[in-house]
Amino acid sequence: MVLFILLRLLPGDPANSLISVGADEAQIAAARRQVGSDLPLAQQFLQFITSLARFDLGTSFISRTPVLPEIMDRLAVTLPLTVLSFLLALVIAVPLGILSAVKADRWYGAAISVVSQLGIAIPVFWVGILLVTLFAVNLRLFPSGGFPPRGWGAPVEALRTLFLPILTIAIVMSASLLRYVRSATQDVLGSDYLRTARALGAGFSEALVRHGIRNGAVPVMSILGIELATALLGAVVVERVFNLPGLGSMLLLAIEQRDYPNIQGVLFISTLLVLLIGFLADLGQRLVDPRLRESRGARS
Amino acid sequence: MSGQVETATMPNRRGSLTLTVGLVLVGLHVAVALLTLMWTPYDPTGMSGGRLEAPSLAHWAGTDRLGRDLFTQIMIGSRIALIVGFGAVAIAATIGVTLGVLSAFATRYLDDILAAAFDILIAFPTLLLAMLVVAATESASLFSATLALGIAISAIVARLTRILAKRILSMDYITAARTAGASWPSIVFRHLLPNIWPMLAVNFALQFGLAVIAEASLSYLGLGAPPPNASWGRLLQEAQGTVYTAPFGAIAPGIALVTLVIGMNLLADGLRDAGDPTRRGRQ
Repeated sequence: MVLFILLRLLPGDPANSLISVGADEAQIAAARRQVGSDLPLAQQFLQFITSLARFDLGTSFISRTPVLPEIMDRLAVTLPLTVLSFLLALVIAVPLGILSAVKADRWYGAAISVVSQLGIAIPVFWVGILLVTLFAVNLRLFPSGGFPPRGWGAPVEALRTLFLPILTIAIVMSASLLRYVRSATQDVLGSDYLRTARALGAGFSEALVRHGIRNGAVPVMSILGIELATALLGAVVVERVFNLPGLGSMLLLAIEQRDYPNIQGVLFISTLLVLLIGFLADLGQRLVDPRLRESRGARS
Repeated sequence: MSGQVETATMPNRRGSLTLTVGLVLVGLHVAVALLTLMWTPYDPTGMSGGRLEAPSLAHWAGTDRLGRDLFTQIMIGSRIALIVGFGAVAIAATIGVTLGVLSAFATRYLDDILAAAFDILIAFPTLLLAMLVVAATESASLFSATLALGIAISAIVARLTRILAKRILSMDYITAARTAGASWPSIVFRHLLPNIWPMLAVNFALQFGLAVIAEASLSYLGLGAPPPNASWGRLLQEAQGTVYTAPFGAIAPGIALVTLVIGMNLLADGLRDAGDPTRRGRQ
């Protein structure tokens, strides 16, 4: 519904992108009939909803190919890219975040915080360019961009080309993630249950591992969902840096060409994925925190 | 004993330090931006040296592929970034605060609709919304980029305003003002806005930094201000094209960008510590 409104707010008739300059009235009318923009708005909306429900995303105005298979092709790049970056960011951010909270009085604890402050001020594409300069131009370890034409048919090559993009997203993502992990850990450290556990004779790290992680994970998990969704939708920039044929570059091209079925299709699928991620994050929170499960059970 | 005193004063001292560093960084960019209105080291559009020269005393950041001085372009980039940042935040503040206050005052039904709309818009990253707004305008320009970012950010401002305003509106002194017969404009301008202003200002500073990053990203993607405007994002995009022959070009514009954004973030942190009205009232 929101998608429909957003897209219809764009001025200009979608039919305009189908016809050449100087088309006569009859051609314009034919084009409008083809895209359905001659119908009343309510009817357009109805068509929009019913075709989405059938996962019929239409065909591209420009390439005349169906939208959905193209999206699936490109998801084969974007999904691994986002998920792997996300996992790498977790591996970086969680230990460092806990460390910077526990050792806040040491120099490295403070240094981690300063670096993460730097990390949230850096645009993702600059990180990408710098990594390209370092790893592709100077060290020649990894390719500066592109994706093997055979795709995942050549898994080693594919992973090699994805390495720098993954590192790029992971660096930026872990900077902001680290701040959440850090403040969650600080909350845990100041909590009564941790003091109780220590008073009962548990060692510091034992208390932290047994009681801290579960409690600290709950607020962090809701952030994780948001971060993953942002990475998915933000892949457009990174894919441009590394010239990857993913969902983001498809969206960018579609916007440049005013290819409405493609814009609409990409936004629809990404919205679905974002909702799915939100649902999974919610589920994860329930798994970690039994209190959330009980309160839910009590209500229903 | 002395340890206690120190922990008590530390937040304040740290707050004023972050505020100072933030002010210096942002002030530097403002000064450079104002300077470019009157003077630049070289003609920004004219050739002033060889192509893709490495940094030297004559060209502090080297030259680009057309032989133009990069440092001059980076200086002008400060101006572009500040214009877009201020413009976007001003637009976002106008739309966002208006809608947020409206939503807080509105009937339950209208409030629910507006709140849901804010939430949905926030679920989309600022950059993506801005891309769609740019797509809606016929041609990319400095104005369309600013407008796009302003609209995209306004949802965030609106949601924050709504939450803050609702909290204030439920307080006793608002009820008192209402019973005393104060009109709603007087409640908004005399009681509501002065009370939520400090929190909003902090958020504006944060959004400013995000707007600068988003503008650079738009320009990088080719959806920002067209070529005569030397946006940092476009400079970086051009530098990436020549990264094998002249890797230095990708460093300086990025440093300029990051210093401005960090400056703004520190300013926001400092403002939050210094501008807390409850703390100020006690002094």
